[in-house]
Amino acid sequence: MRIGVDVGGTNTDAVLMDGSDVRAWTKQPTTADVSSGVAAAITVVLEQAGVAPGAIASVMIGTTHFANALVERNQLDRVGVLRLASPSGEALPPMTGWPADLTARIGDHVFLLPGGYEMDGREIAPLDETRVRDAALTLRSAGVDAIAISCAFAPINAAMEDRAAQIVRQVHPDAVVTVSNAIGRIGFIERENAAILNTALTSLAGRVIASFERALAAIGVSAPLYISQNDGTLISAAQAATYPVLTIGSGPTNSMRGAAFLTGVTDAIVMDVGGTTTDVGVLVGGFPRESSIAVDIGGVRTNFRMPDILAIGLGGGTRVHLDPALYGAVALDAAALRVGPDSVGFRIAEDAMLFGGATLTTSDVAVATGRAAFGDPSRLPPLSDAVLQTVWQRIQTMLADTVDRMKTARGDVTILAVGGGNFLIPDTLKGAAKVIRPPHAGVANAVGAAIAQIGAQVEQLVSYDKVPRATVIAQLSDEARARVAAAGGDIEKVQIVDVDEVFLSYMPGRAAQVRVRAVSDLVENRTTGATPETSLAAHAH
Amino acid sequence: MRIDRAALADLATGAAFLGSGGGGDPYYAMLLGEAELARRGSFELVTLDVLADDALVVPCGWVGAPTVSVEKLPSGKEAMAGLLRLETMLGRKIDAVMPIEIGGSNGLAPLVAAAELGVPVVDADGMGRAFPESQMAIFNIHGISACPSVVTASSGSLTVIETSDNVEHERLARALAIALGGIAHMVEYPLSGAQAKAYAVPGSISAAIAIGAAIRQARAAGEDPFEALFTALWEGGLYSHAGVLFDGKITDLERETRGGFSVGRIVIEAFDGQSRVEVDFQNENLLARRDGRIVAMVPDILTVMDRETADSITTERLKYGQRVKLVGAAAPAMLRTERALDFVGPGAFGYPDAYVPIEQLNGWGA
Repeated sequence: MRIGVDVGGTNTDAVLMDGSDVRAWTKQPTTADVSSGVAAAITVVLEQAGVAPGAIASVMIGTTHFANALVERNQLDRVGVLRLASPSGEALPPMTGWPADLTARIGDHVFLLPGGYEMDGREIAPLDETRVRDAALTLRSAGVDAIAISCAFAPINAAMEDRAAQIVRQVHPDAVVTVSNAIGRIGFIERENAAILNTALTSLAGRVIASFERALAAIGVSAPLYISQNDGTLISAAQAATYPVLTIGSGPTNSMRGAAFLTGVTDAIVMDVGGTTTDVGVLVGGFPRESSIAVDIGGVRTNFRMPDILAIGLGGGTRVHLDPALYGAVALDAAALRVGPDSVGFRIAEDAMLFGGATLTTSDVAVATGRAAFGDPSRLPPLSDAVLQTVWQRIQTMLADTVDRMKTARGDVTILAVGGGNFLIPDTLKGAAKVIRPPHAGVANAVGAAIAQIGAQVEQLVSYDKVPRATVIAQLSDEARARVAAAGGDIEKVQIVDVDEVFLSYMPGRAAQVRVRAVSDLVENRTTGATPETSLAAHAH
Repeated sequence: MRIDRAALADLATGAAFLGSGGGGDPYYAMLLGEAELARRGSFELVTLDVLADDALVVPCGWVGAPTVSVEKLPSGKEAMAGLLRLETMLGRKIDAVMPIEIGGSNGLAPLVAAAELGVPVVDADGMGRAFPESQMAIFNIHGISACPSVVTASSGSLTVIETSDNVEHERLARALAIALGGIAHMVEYPLSGAQAKAYAVPGSISAAIAIGAAIRQARAAGEDPFEALFTALWEGGLYSHAGVLFDGKITDLERETRGGFSVGRIVIEAFDGQSRVEVDFQNENLLARRDGRIVAMVPDILTVMDRETADSITTERLKYGQRVKLVGAAAPAMLRTERALDFVGPGAFGYPDAYVPIEQLNGWGA
């Protein structure tokens, strides 16, 4: 049996799964310290199912903490950036094109140092160890303890980044260091961006992951803890603490995969209505549709592969802006009403009128129209039918427009409605052939975390002069598939999701570094839980 | 006419499409352009007809392998050094700068150089798209010399090429680019205003901006960005036909840096697995075969695009597993003349097949 947890900004959801059965589920408020909310949620599902903590084989947690920190620009570390490439690249210094409010948080501690490689392996300039040391000393005295190191063509030769990291650690032992070759492949700016973002998140990640571990220890769950990453596979807690940037896209991935799992539908539009936003994504053949182009995270371009998600500012806690004098109006002018985009967020249980607050929210309107039942309806102000109709219609229009924007073909589509605020999506929505609201829709995210996929990566240095390319790729693909199966993945459903080759033209014999990645679903009815260590290659991403 | 931040982004989108997969991803060029705009406000764009007959107009751009350009970035001094050296050699000031090719990042590269030099950019280019080799420029087709030409690199190296033969000029430039790490900046084909007016592909920068604007507006309105692209191409007048040649997922990608080019092959399979298309490239996508039958050939434009967003994906940004549409467009008429095809048709790339226009290969009505 395994436990899936989704730690959102508003709620912490947990599910207990036995094979493909959801044995118990709960939704608890997210707490300021994170860990007590996680502990509470897990305790509830264990009690509900009457299962002892020792019977749990693994715990999978998906969290939006790191994505939110980037979007909200808070809890980020100041970062020192050492770029080894000069004179190449001086026209585009680190963080060029970043949003100003983010660079203001991260700081301007940038060192453009000689170094880097050419494509053919020559050095653009030799590494100047003295200048690396001086930069590290400068950062240490400035109190900057998070350092990102980037280097031209680091993916074909990591030596210079690794040596610079070694020097930094000697001089500034307290520093956390991220080297770009651990985070990404060819594409210098995007790789460096990801390394900087990762570094900015490291101390937050350390705190959050430690609080997860404390929560498990407090309730006697000794099972291994895994964290969901962008592609729906898992990484160990320790890896997530080191490479938090690899987990920032996991929220939408989990909700989409959870929705697909709970409904059995493989092609649909998934609408996950939370407290603040509705995330809309597209399932194609059971997989979240990915964005082909580089993805912006918090306004920064990276080359992570992530689900293609459209988020709108509409959720269960979204504020309905309407002059209280008009609550009883017999007719409502469209201009008098605004829905969102702001939300009361996790304060819904205090601020919404249903709970005795003074803010009119979408939840209040949904309860008033009889489309949802929670809170205390007697606390709602008198709202005329015309007002209720107008607000509800506005919500429907927002949802229908979003569906329309995500559609790729004309005609009506199947909608999977999930998330705690899924009551905002009615059974008939314009543009939808049908709306499916699966059991446990409110905790689809936690289900998605619990049914995480198994990933495996095989990487090899090959010479195409010795073995033909097609043979190499076929062999590595087979090996990746076998590793996925060995780790508990379903061999029937295994997919090769990435084949990446980097030619090392400084080596003889058409040498290439080839990496093949495969993923699959966990085999159903395996109650032992996954052992995803195989996906923990030395290189993340 | 001025190019502001919004127009720059539209130009990047349009140039990426016209690059036919090559010319480099405009994203980094756009970042450079934005930094320059923050300093200067906007770039000046002039039409060909305002040039004096005796004006000195200089095309420039980057030469090398796009796969290198995303890793080895410019120092920012390359273009200026080359242009200033040309001024010294010719003993006169440059009056305007032009992209040697509108396609890819090279369609944006001259903006910053022109702003630094204090001269306008001409709304025209030398290829109407992007081509891998320098002698494929329309100016060579009309017998204009590429030299004097100046090649510069981020290391600060500067080399002047003086040859009477434009193919030899390309060979030397390519060898230099390789020696300089795979990418270099080149100033070439210095033109008189009269030559620019007679031979350059007119209005290609504004055409690229219009293409980018159409895609942006369609996305914002929730309309089909591909339809908007085709309409914009048609209305612009330079590119008479366009359409989707294939829709599917990239299932194989052979991509190598060889001889100073990014060369290889893309395989896209239909989602039902029943059909596939293979695209050959040498920096630019050259030829596509659907289930063995040719559906597009150079000089017609052949661009791989994200099937949802209509973002053009340049050669070096392609990845296994991307879901894409392969889109084709007719090349400007001046590239389809018998004389031009000798330089830029399938034969110039070693294909035995005679050129057939994309609209005939696919039965697209006029």
